[in-house]
Amino acid sequence: MPQTAIAAEQAPSNRALREFLHGLPGVDEVGARERAAGLATRSVKTTAKAAALDLAVRMVDLTTLEGADTPGKVRALAAKARRPDPDDPEAPSAAAVCVYSDLVAVAAEAVRGSGVGVASVATAFPSGRAPLEAKLADTRRAVADGATEIDMVIDRGAFLAGDYRKVHEEITAVREACGGAHLKVILETGELSTLDNVRRASWLAMGAGADFIKTSTGKVAPAATPPVVLVMLEAVRDNLAATGRAVGVKPAGGIRTAKEAIRNLVMVQEVAGPRWLDPALFRIGASSLLNDLLMQRAKLRTGAYAGPDYFTID
Amino acid sequence: MPEHRHEGAEAPRVAVRKTHKLYIGGAFPRSESGRSYPVASADGEHLANAGMASRKDARDAVAAARKAFPGWAGRTAYNRGQVLYRAAEMMEGRRAQFAAELAAATGAGRPEAEREVSAAIDRWVYYAGWTDKAAQVLGGTNPVSGPYDNRSAPEPTGVVAVLAPQEAPLLGLVSVLAPVVAMGNTAVLAASERAPLPAVALAEVLATSDLPGGVANILTGRTAELAPPLAAHADVNALDLAGAGELAAELEEAAAETLKRVLRPDPAVEWEADPGLSRIRPFLETKTVWHPVGT
Repeated sequence: MPQTAIAAEQAPSNRALREFLHGLPGVDEVGARERAAGLATRSVKTTAKAAALDLAVRMVDLTTLEGADTPGKVRALAAKARRPDPDDPEAPSAAAVCVYSDLVAVAAEAVRGSGVGVASVATAFPSGRAPLEAKLADTRRAVADGATEIDMVIDRGAFLAGDYRKVHEEITAVREACGGAHLKVILETGELSTLDNVRRASWLAMGAGADFIKTSTGKVAPAATPPVVLVMLEAVRDNLAATGRAVGVKPAGGIRTAKEAIRNLVMVQEVAGPRWLDPALFRIGASSLLNDLLMQRAKLRTGAYAGPDYFTID
Repeated sequence: MPEHRHEGAEAPRVAVRKTHKLYIGGAFPRSESGRSYPVASADGEHLANAGMASRKDARDAVAAARKAFPGWAGRTAYNRGQVLYRAAEMMEGRRAQFAAELAAATGAGRPEAEREVSAAIDRWVYYAGWTDKAAQVLGGTNPVSGPYDNRSAPEPTGVVAVLAPQEAPLLGLVSVLAPVVAMGNTAVLAASERAPLPAVALAEVLATSDLPGGVANILTGRTAELAPPLAAHADVNALDLAGAGELAAELEEAAAETLKRVLRPDPAVEWEADPGLSRIRPFLETKTVWHPVGT
């Protein structure tokens, strides 16, 4: 565990960042895979399953990030986030809806008063290839329109080229542009090639002021694989010990079934600790996952296996 | 000290004891529960172990059937007919095995078993013929009073849960499975509880006869355990209660919750008789199209 972390306030030099990030202990890839696979064999049944399903629903960032998104689709998604299962008043709301920045105003209007947040991807999502001014303008506009959470992407090109300072500066700048909104930093782990890089990017983002670190955009495969989530959970746990600040984790992309979601929750409990079993510190970015969670809830409630015909097509 | 064997004396061969598995999504998994049960012949002799499917296996089978449905329903009727005919060909190649298993299961004499195997093979051919003809019989042009071309065409219902008859473990089995898949439905079939081995052999035939994985899923085990979750499953569209026995009324009630098509068991059924369309029609929906006719 690193004894110090990157200070968020001053802009450290590339050399200092490099020394810190490359001084992090290396990740044992085989070990991480084995540990994640081992935790995936846990059996979660009956009341524990019911609690896990409800918690998972409350952690969902219901997401639509398509070129074909319309205001109507965003409103439908917001309605679903507010009341996921109209047949069951006990079903909790999702954590947030996650949309492109130009649709934030529509989403904010649609969730008003419900406690459901509005997350907006910003900063030239998903590639992150735009000048900093454009990224900041994108962010400010989304916040002004009512986004409570900003999902930014890091500049993977700069990260892989070793220009950590550029990544750090961008995150701090966006952090500032966010104002009161929560900042989630998307590492796009599918493009970082190694788990060592995932660990470094996690620490870099946390040091620059991220409230959440998020695995992926959902546009690149592989996305939120269990070993990646495991490494990120270790990073937030160690960061808490080093700095006293609890940073959240958001796996996104590729989590489609309730079973996978529950496996993620088991990892959260075992790696980061029970403090993270809270929508304030763990989110799941998903769209089709929510219906599977609802079908599993319906199965527990009625005793009969549920079918997709009885849930909305998103 | 072990007895010294003479040169050239043959060592006794170790028997290959079979513990069969299930057939789900084109693969042969063990039951999720890890259970199996012994299957005895008509005169009480142990034949083999069969997998004892759980309700989770039934759920997995429904998921596999649902996944296979669009592709299978989208095949041309002619192509489905070819696939069914291929199943008949594959069964013909294994008729000795089927006859032996049938004779052991029912206690019938070999000639009688041979006759039933022939009838079962012919039933595949029969339904292979119906695939591209049932639409003409059950659909057609409707004379309507107005300038419209009005047509009705049958379409497959979807995922059908089939409880195979407890008696007639081969002919009855083919007679309930073939009409369901012939028209583009996909099936989850619970085999005869007492005599599941012909169903296991049929699964091996289907796995090698171009039937896409998931179109026919075959579970062995306790009917009373598998039938209720299938009847109540919201992603199952129809239910064939041929082998339900005393459970039939209760299952029909459970199926009503999600408005499934239900085919009630016929106590006087003669599996040898010509079935006509009696087992095809219940698992079809009629689509009617009104098309304006230009002047």
